[in-house]
Parts: sequence; structure tokens; C-alpha cells
Amino acid sequence: MSHPTIDAVVPGSTQGQDRVSVPSGRTTFSTTAWVTSRRTVLQFFRTPQLLLMGSVQGALFLFMFRYIFGGAIETRGDLTYVDFLVPGFLVTVVLWTGMAAAAGVAEDSASGVYDRLRSLPIPRSAAMVGRSLADAVLTSWGILVTALLGLAVGFRAHGSVGGIAMGFLVMLVAGYVFTWVFILIGLVAGSAQAAQGMSMLVVPFSFISNANVPVSSMPGWMQPFASHQPITVIINAVRSLMHGGTGVVGIGHSTVYWVALSAVWCFGILVAFGALATARFAKAD
Amino acid sequence: MAPIIEARGLHKHFGDVRALDGLDLTAESGRVTALLGPNGAGKTTFIRAVATLSKPSAGILRVAGIDAAAHPERVRRVIGLAGQHASTEPAMTGRENLEMVGRLFGIGRRAARTAAGAVLDQLGLTEAGDRVVRDYSGGMRRRLDLAASLVGRPRLLLLDEPTTGLDPRSRMELWDAIRTLVAEGTDVLLTTQYLEEADQLARDVIIVDRGTVIAAATPEDLKRRGGTDVLEVRPRYARDLAAVADVLSLVTRATPRIHDDTQRVTAASPGGGDQLSAVLRLLDERGVPADDVGLRRPTLDEVFLTLTGKPIDPSAPDRDAGSHTA
Repeated sequence: MSHPTIDAVVPGSTQGQDRVSVPSGRTTFSTTAWVTSRRTVLQFFRTPQLLLMGSVQGALFLFMFRYIFGGAIETRGDLTYVDFLVPGFLVTVVLWTGMAAAAGVAEDSASGVYDRLRSLPIPRSAAMVGRSLADAVLTSWGILVTALLGLAVGFRAHGSVGGIAMGFLVMLVAGYVFTWVFILIGLVAGSAQAAQGMSMLVVPFSFISNANVPVSSMPGWMQPFASHQPITVIINAVRSLMHGGTGVVGIGHSTVYWVALSAVWCFGILVAFGALATARFAKAD
Repeated sequence: MAPIIEARGLHKHFGDVRALDGLDLTAESGRVTALLGPNGAGKTTFIRAVATLSKPSAGILRVAGIDAAAHPERVRRVIGLAGQHASTEPAMTGRENLEMVGRLFGIGRRAARTAAGAVLDQLGLTEAGDRVVRDYSGGMRRRLDLAASLVGRPRLLLLDEPTTGLDPRSRMELWDAIRTLVAEGTDVLLTTQYLEEADQLARDVIIVDRGTVIAAATPEDLKRRGGTDVLEVRPRYARDLAAVADVLSLVTRATPRIHDDTQRVTAASPGGGDQLSAVLRLLDERGVPADDVGLRRPTLDEVFLTLTGKPIDPSAPDRDAGSHTA
């Protein structure tokens, strides 16, 4: 970490304690982001309930679709259901882990943690960037755990190593971008319960998509939303990347088209929600 | 020396609620100033304005000579805030929490470690420093919270109801910690609903009600200004409370207050010593045995009643704080 401010200990002052001379001016953006994100990551990995709950929930849903609903779902293209399911499921993990982020932000907001941060000489936007980076770490953890579970239930990617790596990259980028949506929900909600409630908006985005079933199996009025909403777009990109093309997956256009469209969506969401969330956090009431 | 806080005509409105309604106050440097008032009086709103968390709708606020509206980031350099809620991270150790706040103050990594160690020591938390905060008692958490507000060596410490919800022993420990700080030269502004707390800690007490200052003085001055001395009688038997009240009203010509919970009767006594002996004589004549009869200065509670016309009611819902939690 670069740090332009001073780093001096002045010994021998009141009652023999070392006095630390405090720098003037503002704490750097990078220090603030790093220190605040570290807190959130530590909080997650040192709280077994948080660590386990997300993984168990993901595993339950994956098993349910793979073994209970899977037999009844017809896939298009050349894929078996498990190969169809897992890439889409991984993308929705981004949404489900985000719910915990919203609750965490709401809790920090209500408990006085953010009041303390706002009273410190830091760039306020950096505190939110720190939060988003930490949440991205948690989302990546969720993706990793789910990917391993996917392998365990029989998922195999048919694409090239580069394609698979790209697929993961798209997921990580989407994971980061969506944390801003949940940070905003957490800041607006006022309490962890309210944040959880508001996060239920992930349900339509997660289920009215082609994550678990092909869009063509849905009623006609639902299909326009299901095939154009951002989660479906990102799933199309990830699925095509992992399995080596749109043909295998049974969708139109090219892999590049879906990746580019995903990038556009991600950029738009990042700019809109990033700006709203940082402004909301920085505002004095 | 310039005052550490200077507020002139401060207004803050939340919809129809006037949380601050033309508040004027001056807090001098080098002492503890207590803002005393019931829930919803505007104490928290004021402290949030000083901490730059809230922007007043109108008025002037200077903190350490800095205009808080124009240069909030400079104000943040000189203040340390410990709010009503514990804001430390339960999953981190006490030391890690303090190092984090130090780093956010812009102190380097090693220096933050030194500062954290010093503050842990100062508040008697060295032994618990390497345990996660989740295992701390309520009193320890509150002390750690106080510690966190000290890592940056602020000139002005803002404590919003620092001991609310603490058991008596933890409260005393926190009071001691605050006294030590003041002795070392930190200015303190604290809010409290506890009259005893203001009396114990503060050199200046500012009574706030409905968003304005209704009195500002030393605890001694306030007690004097709150009126006359008080005659207090504690009868041996609870059944005599009414008889004692009768005697007190006869002697003082004031309306006595019967305190059922503590089995005492009190009355304002302009006549002082003469009235005390008259009460003793009358009680004796009427055969009412008393465990305790005395003349004393009024408590801050009684002062508050005299000044505002209503007693402090700690059970009232805290709409002042509640409107800010979002």
C-alpha cells in the first residue's frame, strides 16, 4: 500500500506512553478501501454461520435441480441437463450471495459502524469501494464452492481452457458489478430484515431466466423478459464460453455477441448503482 | 482560549419535527461539557451535527474554530466519535479493531499498532486485546468503542450516551476512563439522560429541551438556580408517608412530593434550618418515627423539573435517536 502520510512514533510523552503523531489531510483512497474491505472479509471468514450457510443453501438448490427437477426438464442443443444447468446456476450464485451483502450493509448502517466511518477523515466513496471489493471476494468464494459442487454432481465443461477461464472471468466481473446493487439496497433498507426482504427481487431475475430451464418452455408473455434480462444475457455468455460456442448451447448469435452484450449490461449497472450507492453513503442527513 | 464548540441559531428540521430549534451554545476548551435532556430533546441531533454526520438546516457551527458546514473534512481530523451503539467489529480482536480505526485516521501500519497498544493500555483492555470482540462483555465493548474514538488522538471527544444500558460497575469504569482522558487534556462533549452522570463528569452542564438550550451552568450553579433547598424525610413505616407529607406542607407551605418507590417525602424549603427543626418537633409531637430527616441541595432531577415544568422521563421512546438510524 502506498501511503504518503507520515509514519512516525514520538516516544516519551504523557505518562510514558508513545504518542503517535497524527497526519493532517485525508487518508488515502487505497488505504481506506483496503482497510474497510479487510474488515468485511474477516467478518465473513471468521463467522462460521455465514461461511457455511451460503454454501449449504447453494448445494441444496443445486442438488434439487440436478436430481429432482432435472429429469423432467428438456434442454435444447447438444447438452445434458447437468451441463446445461451448472453454468447458469453459477451465475445466479452471484445474486444469492448478494442478498447477504445487502443484509451486512444494512447492519453496518444501523449499528453505527458507518457513522464512525463517516466521522473519520476518509474519502467516503472509498469505504463503499472497500465494501464492494470485499463482497466480490465473498461472491468469488461462492462461485468456487458451487463450481466444485457442480463437478461433484457430474458437470463437465466442453469448451477450451481459455474459454472456461473467460467464463469464470465474466462471472467474477458480473459478481463485482452486482454487489453495487446490493450495497444500495442495504443502504436504503434501514435494517437487515428489510434488506433481506428487498433482496427478494433476485428471485424473478434468478428464476425467470434460462439458468435452470430453457426460456422456450415458459409461457409466451414471459419470454421477452426472460430472454432479454441481464442475467440471461450473462448466462448465455458464460454457457457459450464454457461449452465452446452458441451452437452447442442451442442459442442464436455468437459467443462474442453475448460477451459484448454482458459487458454493456455490467458497465451500465456499475455506473448507475455505483454512483447511487456512493452518493447515498456520502450524504449527510 | 477559543471555545471548542460554538453554535449559533442552529436549526435542524426532519419534516415537521424541529430536532434543533435555534440552538445556541458554547463549549469551552479544557473541560467536559454535558448535554442533558430527555429523549427527543435534540442532543443526538446536535452531536451528529458536530460530528459532520448531519447538516443543520440553518445556523453557524464552529468546531475547534473550524466552520463545520464549509470544512467538514477538517472537523473530522479533530474529533473522535463514540455513538450510542457499539460500532466495533465482533469478528475482529480488540487490537485489530483499533488498528483499523488508526489506519483510517491515516496513521501508518506500524504507528497504528503502537497507538492501538497504547489506547488498549489506557483503557485497561490490554489483556483482552487479542480476543475477538464477540467474546467481550457489554461494558468491555463500550470501553473498546471509546478506545476506538481515541486512536486518532482527537482534540474533541464526542460521546453520545456513553453509558446507556451498562450495569453500574461498568458505568463507573467508563466514568473513570473518561476522567483520565480529561486529565490528559482531551475536550469532551457528552450527552446523557442521567443527571448523576452529568453531575459526576461535567464541569459545564447544558440542559436541552425541544431543540433549544434552557439552561447552561456548572452543576452547582444549576442546583442553586433550580431553587431552594429541599427538606427530605424518610419515615420508618410506609404507612406514615401521608402523615409526613402533612407535616411538610404545614411547615414549608409548599406541595410535598411523595416518592413511593424510595419511601421518601420531599418539599422545597425556603426557610432552611428553622424549618428543619420545626419539622423535627412536629414529627415528634405527632409520634411519627423517621429514619432520616435532612436538608439538602436539590438534585438535577428537581432542577430539571423546575426549569422545564416536567420531570425527566427515561422511559420515553427515543425519537431523537430513532430518526437517524437509517
